[in-house]
Amino acid sequence: MESTTNQAKSVQLMIQQNKQKRNVRKTTESLIPTFLLISAVISVLTTVGIFFTLLRESIVFFSEVSFAEFFLSAHWSPWTGSFGVLSLIAGTLLITLIAIAVALPLGFASAVYLSEYATPRTRKVIKPVLEVLAGIPTVVYGFFALTFVTPILQSLIPGLLVFNALSAGIVVGIMIVPMIASLSEDAMNAVPNSLREGALAMGATKLETTFKVVVPAALSGIVASVVLGISRAIGETMIVTIAAGASPNLTFNPLESIQTLTSFIVQGATGDTSFGSTIYYSIYAVGMTLFVFTFAMNLLSQYIVRKFKEDY
Amino acid sequence: MASKETASTAKRIKGRVTLNKGLKYLFLVATLVGLVFLALLIYRVLTQGIGYLNFDFLTSFPAPFPEEAGFLAGIMGSVFLMLLTAPIAVILGVSTALYLEEYAAKNRFTRFIQVNVQNLAGVPSIVFGLLGLTFFVYLFGMGYTLIAGALTMSLLILPVIVVASQEAIRAVPNDLREASTGMGASKWQTIWTIVLPASVPGILTGSILALSRAIGETAPLIVVGAATTIYSIPDSLFANYTAMPIQIYSWIIRPQPEWQFVAGAGIIVLLVILLAMNAIAVWIRNKFQHRY
Repeated sequence: MESTTNQAKSVQLMIQQNKQKRNVRKTTESLIPTFLLISAVISVLTTVGIFFTLLRESIVFFSEVSFAEFFLSAHWSPWTGSFGVLSLIAGTLLITLIAIAVALPLGFASAVYLSEYATPRTRKVIKPVLEVLAGIPTVVYGFFALTFVTPILQSLIPGLLVFNALSAGIVVGIMIVPMIASLSEDAMNAVPNSLREGALAMGATKLETTFKVVVPAALSGIVASVVLGISRAIGETMIVTIAAGASPNLTFNPLESIQTLTSFIVQGATGDTSFGSTIYYSIYAVGMTLFVFTFAMNLLSQYIVRKFKEDY
Repeated sequence: MASKETASTAKRIKGRVTLNKGLKYLFLVATLVGLVFLALLIYRVLTQGIGYLNFDFLTSFPAPFPEEAGFLAGIMGSVFLMLLTAPIAVILGVSTALYLEEYAAKNRFTRFIQVNVQNLAGVPSIVFGLLGLTFFVYLFGMGYTLIAGALTMSLLILPVIVVASQEAIRAVPNDLREASTGMGASKWQTIWTIVLPASVPGILTGSILALSRAIGETAPLIVVGAATTIYSIPDSLFANYTAMPIQIYSWIIRPQPEWQFVAGAGIIVLLVILLAMNAIAVWIRNKFQHRY
């Protein structure tokens, strides 16, 4: 008699425990998506934070320095009170032009070679090694530009300054080669073999097949990779900070020392800039300019891929 | 007449074939330029830095003379920075990926988050520095501390981890999910016991690569105030700190040429650590990742 009540009790207990377990599970099941959603929202908050930060501090900056001076004057000398961002933009564009002039032919040719000419085995070796280039910290590239590339260039070009746009631009270009090569190769690899075989069967050489069939078919991906490369070159910081100098110049002479948007931010953040000074706010105005440039490039790249993507 | 035409055709074909061959080698040479550059860079760093690389360099603090300068503060600073950054970024990144892949309805809001993550990946790292400076250093009053640096780094590598985790989760075939659900498992049980274990190699590979990028980042840390000269190892979340690339940068920009050798020694240490991390990532990918 007693044992049955015990059993009855334990069964009751078990039912209760099961109920509790189910309740706990029910709560977890309903809480977890909420937690995951909060995590996902953090990435949105980061973007909002970036935008809010840049905008708020830039507004303070523009209450002290006029819009017209910032965007129309070419004299950037914040420590004496001149804030003309054109010279920083010119420096950034100069570096970007040199970088793309280096990276576009090298990256494109590498992509063509890896995707169309190389044997699978060669590609398996070369591609990862090329990608090591992308993993090297930019501070190391800066060191290399300053202590190796610049002396070589100086022996070739007499009168080249120690800090110059040419050396920094070349090295930035090398840095973005793997990115252009890898993305362009992906685009070319996505072109179906039937197209190649069709061209080859008509008697076209591999070169003709590549340039008349594969490249046109993959053009959107190739262009998008170059636009991304441009964006990367605009936002690159350490190479230009170390090797291009800190002389804001409205010049397109690559032999001169310049300053870019990014390297000014580094200078402003490390110098004796006190919180709340006009120079402090100018860092954000420059950051905003940089953000707008790179953001536009990233959107453009995504747009090109979406809009002109060929489906086979 | 006819034979003349065949001859010119043959000549043209020969020209096209030669051009094809010639340009093939040109493309190969262009590919090799990048590799040669890499080899030169490594050779240059090794020859510059190896003389200053010794046990004392690894175990002592900065000094006013290049011969006595040490890298310990930088190494330990980077280690602590990564110990804080890794869990924050991985938990947030995997959660975001799980939400997007497993829970989110395919609506405009989901697409917005997705596009936002992509755009965030393209924001220059120095802009993340400005975000950290405003929010963590000033607004939350953390100052130039380890935790402010780690939080900034976490946000910086978050998009990379989200994208890598999404790919890994997407690669888990639906059969497995359906089998689990068919056995009576709830949604979260399925995710926790089936989907996550299957996607761990991919997530781990992506996270290690993202972290190895963070270890080499200099610009955002400069902006959020990592110290260039420091004589201690951080002992709390709110301690001052430095990191390997910051110390290397501070040596590079000194005018005396001897400091270049010290910078070279620091770069060797940094590159060895990065290479090791990449090797681990590749090893995990090859060892554990299988296709279904």
